[in-house]
Amino acid sequence: MTEQLQEHFDATISRDQRIEPRDWMPDGYRRTLIRQIAQHAHSEIIGMQPEGEWITRAPSLRRKAILFAKVQDEAGHGLYLYSAAETLGADRADLTNRLIEGRQKYSSIFNYPTMSFADVGVIGWFVDGAAICNQVPLCRSSYGPYARAMVRICKEESFHQRQGYELLMTMMRGTEAQREMVQDAVNRWWWPSLMMFGPPDDSSPNSAQSMAWKIKRHSNDELRQRFVDMTVPQADKLGVTLPDPELRWNAERGRHDFGTPDWDELMRVIKGDGPCNDQRMERRRSAHEEGAWVREAATAHAAKQAARAEKGAVA
Amino acid sequence: MSDDHVYLTLAEGHEDDARWAYGTGFEDPLHGVDTTVPEGIDARELAALCVALADDALVSAQRLAEWITRAPELEEEVALANIGLDLLGQARLLYSRAGQADGTGRDEDAYAYFRDAGDFRNVRLAEVPNGDFAFSIVRLLMLSSWRLAHFEQLASHPDPVLAAIAAKGVKELAYHRQYAAEWAVRLGDGTDESHRRTRRALEQVAPYVGELFTACDVRDEVVAVLRQVTEAAGLPMPVYRPLPGSGRHGEHTEHLAPLLAELQGVARAHPEATW
Repeated sequence: MTEQLQEHFDATISRDQRIEPRDWMPDGYRRTLIRQIAQHAHSEIIGMQPEGEWITRAPSLRRKAILFAKVQDEAGHGLYLYSAAETLGADRADLTNRLIEGRQKYSSIFNYPTMSFADVGVIGWFVDGAAICNQVPLCRSSYGPYARAMVRICKEESFHQRQGYELLMTMMRGTEAQREMVQDAVNRWWWPSLMMFGPPDDSSPNSAQSMAWKIKRHSNDELRQRFVDMTVPQADKLGVTLPDPELRWNAERGRHDFGTPDWDELMRVIKGDGPCNDQRMERRRSAHEEGAWVREAATAHAAKQAARAEKGAVA
Repeated sequence: MSDDHVYLTLAEGHEDDARWAYGTGFEDPLHGVDTTVPEGIDARELAALCVALADDALVSAQRLAEWITRAPELEEEVALANIGLDLLGQARLLYSRAGQADGTGRDEDAYAYFRDAGDFRNVRLAEVPNGDFAFSIVRLLMLSSWRLAHFEQLASHPDPVLAAIAAKGVKELAYHRQYAAEWAVRLGDGTDESHRRTRRALEQVAPYVGELFTACDVRDEVVAVLRQVTEAAGLPMPVYRPLPGSGRHGEHTEHLAPLLAELQGVARAHPEATW
């Protein structure tokens, strides 16, 4: 019986068709997806923090509105993704606990601090840009609810990236101090952004199986290369320098050569020793703990309402 | 379509006339509207009214923004941000109108970033710190009930611009009031702890309520809403204890200046900059 189901599943994957929530799927596929979608959801929620810090300080009302809306979108992305994970049998409260207890990860990029308002622009350009490179292929992921959530998320990410780049364009046309802020932010975010694509292919343990299941469609190194190739001309147009002395066009390959990110740093940040890991987790934990009485009140009220309705129906 | 399509077009279309993000440009939001103040309207009074209403909205939006990443649930992150964004949008339109009416031609950012606490005309209820979720909800209930009733009146104001801003705001404020009322009922009815906290929030809000009614007569509507909500929530009506002074005259609590320092800091550090 399981063999037949497995064959049917394999055939669906190989025909590039979608797996849907009620379809049979191997346990490993389900576990991998829950882990990936939950990590993605956690990243959206933790990712609200570095930029969210600047909503109250944004230097014009227009920028305040844009940033406020952007951070709100991220909460929305977190919600769709937790919902997609729930179609696989996961539970949002349980996933949140796993995050808070450090049993599930989020993208290491959010463990870096935002030092000036230019960081808001650079995060939009690099971090949302890298997210787009990673996520656009996921719109063709084999799991239906995830793929569909990604379509909507990618549209919004693309908007976020544009607003970030547009902010930087505006700042580069402003004062010398603003241009320095932009270059400084580019210097700090470039390497962590390259690390967003994950470890190099030869040391990425889960990649091969995810590629075979078509949960993932391109390798980490391939996505990283694409990101570099797309970003270099945008940096030229903006008038900033990417902080990599080895970065140059390779005519033979038709792609850019670039330096090697500090993989030890990535491992340290993933393990919890980045500049802001504790701060990010503490904020999420305290929001969750301080909100407990509110969630309990909502549950208690709903139960009382249901009881009153039942009593009313009986009477 | 290539996977890279959205990214590749990023650097295109950024010429000076195509700064398109969130609306079509940097012109004032009332661009294209006839902004002449009609005959028979006291332009200075109109400007003062717009500034007071804008200050209420901006200061409230700033407090709501402080909830972001700290809300009790993700749905509340989204809802509180939504309300904050609506109020921020109202503030921007009202500041623009004030700048036209008072003859200074100041833009929205001049009002928001380059006035000190003593020049702000918001009610003190908007500026006091967020407290717990119960306090923020009860405050939102009071402010949105008052603002909705006031905007319903202003929708027939003789100034067509203010009337249009109010008419647009009515739809937003109806949602804000509904959101706050639903939570007030949940919290009042929910658990002993939530009941106690909400009851306390009502007591804390009470001294600041009177200030809302100095310039407009919507007290009956607001009291009726509050009566309905407290009844459904099983909470007592708060006893009104007026506090001397008024934010409407520039008399504020000690909490406004730090709020503005945070709001204005970056803009003031770079007065020559463009954002």
